[in-house]
Amino acid sequence: MEFMLLVFSLLFATLRLATPLIFASMGGFMSERSGVVNVALEGFMLAGAFAGAVVGYSFDSAWLGWGAALIAGLAMGAFYAFFTIELKADQIITGMAVNLLVMGLIPFITKILYSSTGSTPALLLEDRFRFEPMLMAFILVTALTYWLYKTRSGLWLLFAGEHPEALVASGVSVRKVRWAAVSLSGVFAAWGGTSLSLFLASSYSPMMTGGRGFMALAALIFGKWRPLPAFLACLLFAFADAVQIRLQGMHIGNFEIPVQFIQILPYVVTIIALAGFIGKSRAPKALGK
Amino acid sequence: MPKSTQVSLLLGDQMMFKSILTNLLIMLISTFSFANTLKVGLVLDKGGKDDKSFNAAAYLGATKAQKDLKIDLKYVEATDTNAIENLHRSFARKNFDLVIGIGFAQKDAVQKVAAQFPKVKFAIVDGEINAANVRSLLFEEHEGSFLVGALAAMTSKTNSVGFVGGMDIPLIRRFAMGYVAGAKYINPKITTTENYVGVTGEAWNNPAKAKELALAQFAKGADVIYAGAGASNTGVFDAAEDKKKFAIGCDSNQNWIKPGVILTSMLKAVDVAVYDTIKETQEGKFTGGVSRFGLKNKGVDYTLDQYNEKLIPAETRKKLEDIKAKIIAGQIQVPDYYKKK
Repeated sequence: MEFMLLVFSLLFATLRLATPLIFASMGGFMSERSGVVNVALEGFMLAGAFAGAVVGYSFDSAWLGWGAALIAGLAMGAFYAFFTIELKADQIITGMAVNLLVMGLIPFITKILYSSTGSTPALLLEDRFRFEPMLMAFILVTALTYWLYKTRSGLWLLFAGEHPEALVASGVSVRKVRWAAVSLSGVFAAWGGTSLSLFLASSYSPMMTGGRGFMALAALIFGKWRPLPAFLACLLFAFADAVQIRLQGMHIGNFEIPVQFIQILPYVVTIIALAGFIGKSRAPKALGK
Repeated sequence: MPKSTQVSLLLGDQMMFKSILTNLLIMLISTFSFANTLKVGLVLDKGGKDDKSFNAAAYLGATKAQKDLKIDLKYVEATDTNAIENLHRSFARKNFDLVIGIGFAQKDAVQKVAAQFPKVKFAIVDGEINAANVRSLLFEEHEGSFLVGALAAMTSKTNSVGFVGGMDIPLIRRFAMGYVAGAKYINPKITTTENYVGVTGEAWNNPAKAKELALAQFAKGADVIYAGAGASNTGVFDAAEDKKKFAIGCDSNQNWIKPGVILTSMLKAVDVAVYDTIKETQEGKFTGGVSRFGLKNKGVDYTLDQYNEKLIPAETRKKLEDIKAKIIAGQIQVPDYYKKK
């Protein structure tokens, strides 16, 4: 009985911790598959987490927060698309610039709104999400998988990243496909962020993503830029994190395992996974071009 | 009288008049900006002034001084550990009278800058520095933690209590050690679990992770969790609210954040220490060296207010006061992580 309880708590913790990662890696998937490198996921997530927390708190509704994250993500995605697609700026540098911009902008706004440096007031328990984002993450992955391989526009996305010339030849604008993909990338990543502030926690606190945007990117690469494997990679990372939480303070005989060793577990899994097990992970051919 | 002398006299008068005027002006300016106004710089740690916990207490003390003592207060929040030294130096360079560093992470920076600016007075919370121009404000966290540990053990129905720390550092281990000792004092067979959010400064700002740690502890059977994780504490409170269990706050009095969920808070009177330091500096009574704040001088304590008075029965309160008296009298020796080995 006790063992079953442990298994269940581990399972649910895995699903909870995976939710922000799944959304963000689907965001990364949209952008990278269309041929635009996206290291701005962290910034998109922060923007979404913040917009969701502010609107969710102001209207006492997580769903309105969810909608606000959509708008913020769309705006951030379009902003990134404008610089990388229209102005052809370096994608890595622009991505990092977006991250830094968001990190600086949020404390500036909270100073005006709440005279605090980068944190928002907390939502009440009954206004927060209970499980909904987990469910939506599953739906999103299923829908993207179907869309990518079974619809015409899904193929447009693949060709924009693999063979843009072919897309041009068939009369579809690569530029428009990329614009749409990068904007949606912003939306998905922002949802990942807001599932942190409205579901896993109860408010926005500074830098609350803690590198999850980059972990999502690693999951995407681990999953060879395909939605379902990337989703599984997210689950693996989240599982490692959930196990890590439960292993802390464990003893082998009389020796307590130092917490530092246990906390590197998710990162060790990432490195082993990326370096050892997946074989060659091939990026979309036109990525970054 | 020859004309020339007259002229020179006249000129002299004019010059004298001018110099009197300038002197007056200088005096006027100085009364407004120098003579009475103490310039105080406050360097907060990563958690920021809104962590509702450690830094919030320091900020509260400083703003109270600003209001009551009419000092000139400037505060900054160190977003990055590497920035701390520069923040202290820029305050010192601008001739601030007193610069206060909040948190263990600022120790090296204060030590270095204080040596470079011997005329500027410094104070540091949670760090021990031996210099004539530095006052170290140290708290006996283990004593207060022992008290809330005893309360946790008396409140627990499952005979299992937990601790969620922020960054894994000796200071936080000190909290944990006192807490566990307090719980074991009441019930030697009690189960205790200790977890840490992380090993970098990011751990003070990761409520999502703190919540997962707390949920895992609740799932294992704990029903009271002591949170010592700065701004990550809210994650522990959220988990306790979710599971209808208890949490114990830390540093500031956090009872108000979630009434009915937060059993008590281990108060660390950083606000009082900061306020008193500013006040004594203004009165010209600043002294370097170590000031210790323990149960004895109410530097640490457990909190009781309108938000949690229904959670702690009179009998328990009596027992707590009894334990407190015994610690002060030295009848109970609280283990101190700093003096371990």
